[in-house]
Amino acid sequence: MKTVSSLLDDHWYARYKRISKLNIRSSIYDVTNRCNLRCKGCFFFSSGEHEAAKEEMDITRWETFVDKEMARGVNLAILIGGEPTLCMDRVEAFYRRLPTFCATNGIIKVPRDRFPDMMLGISLWGDEADEKVLRGKDAFSISSKNYAGDPHTYYLYTITPKQLGKTERIIKKIRDAGLKVHMQLLSNDEGVDGFHWRAEELAQIRCEMDDVLDSYPDTVISSKYYHEIITTGKMMGRPFGWMECPSVTDPLDKREPKPRRLTNFIRWASDLNTMHRCCTSETRDCSTCKDGAAHMSWVMVNKRAHMQSTRDLQNWIEIYEMFAKLYQFIPW
Amino acid sequence: MAVETDKIILRIAEIMINELKLEDVTPETFDADIDLVDEVGIDSMDLATVALVLRDEYAVRIDEDDYPKLTTVRLIGEYIRKKLAA
Repeated sequence: MKTVSSLLDDHWYARYKRISKLNIRSSIYDVTNRCNLRCKGCFFFSSGEHEAAKEEMDITRWETFVDKEMARGVNLAILIGGEPTLCMDRVEAFYRRLPTFCATNGIIKVPRDRFPDMMLGISLWGDEADEKVLRGKDAFSISSKNYAGDPHTYYLYTITPKQLGKTERIIKKIRDAGLKVHMQLLSNDEGVDGFHWRAEELAQIRCEMDDVLDSYPDTVISSKYYHEIITTGKMMGRPFGWMECPSVTDPLDKREPKPRRLTNFIRWASDLNTMHRCCTSETRDCSTCKDGAAHMSWVMVNKRAHMQSTRDLQNWIEIYEMFAKLYQFIPW
Repeated sequence: MAVETDKIILRIAEIMINELKLEDVTPETFDADIDLVDEVGIDSMDLATVALVLRDEYAVRIDEDDYPKLTTVRLIGEYIRKKLAA
């Protein structure tokens, strides 16, 4: 029987031991149905999820809800929206109780005296030109001023096909703002012309992602195996899709055969009662989904499949470490 | 009592091998003290799969909160024996 220690040397085994018992149990929460941007390609608005449920307005109900979530074992709250920073009291209801990550467009500055170490992931949709087309404004110019040098903030850089050959410039801008960056690929939920990925473009961007990781290891939080998975949509020869996705809301998951999945994962709407199907929108074609966290989780829940060789297990460790860093379970 | 526990341990090892499709090991050669997470690479979903079979076979429910302390086949065996005796 292959064992972990038979596959790894002391250095890698120590890295494995650092993460092997973290037992991360995440769920995702729509904090609000509102946003201060309306981005083309945002799954929340393009799928109509912003109208799926009426927001719970009573903050005491949010606090009680978070307590219940903790009681069912959640140890990582991932806050999305809408724009969560429009409702700081709701964000605080999570932050005061359990490890919390907040996705934001960075337009509103989270007060660090109130949220000293809450991890923030700022969405970035390409360069200035892309952001103007897709988001209506150059959000980076605002968010980078708000969060320059913040040790608990990183950019979630959604790369579009138009970014080919331009990613290094973006990475440098982020580095110069004293921040870190994690990369994923645009899924183009609203079919904006020119923003669909072609196979050759995916191959090119994979090389580019590898290059910036090599060149900016202190800025880019990533791994080459992740780049392979997200650009090919395949892991160990298996294609990503509905029957493989780990981030389906548990009580709604009727798939047979049951795939390996995130334990007890739920994505909650902001009425604190409605559940969404998965971590993105149910209108998305799962076979072309490029969601970074879903692909990371896909690898993470398939640990033993990565015990075929030393390289496979090292790849698994790198992706788990990346996830654990992005959500502050281990330091950068 | 020790014989009974040994039988349970052997059966748990067999269930693990079958359910998790572990290769190059038999119930007899499965080290009952090997760390299931740190060495075999088992995660909570694997343990839940095994726990379902054990529940059907022994009518013993393994509480999910107890998973972190059930790090070896021997510890799972002792857990089940105690529950059966209770």
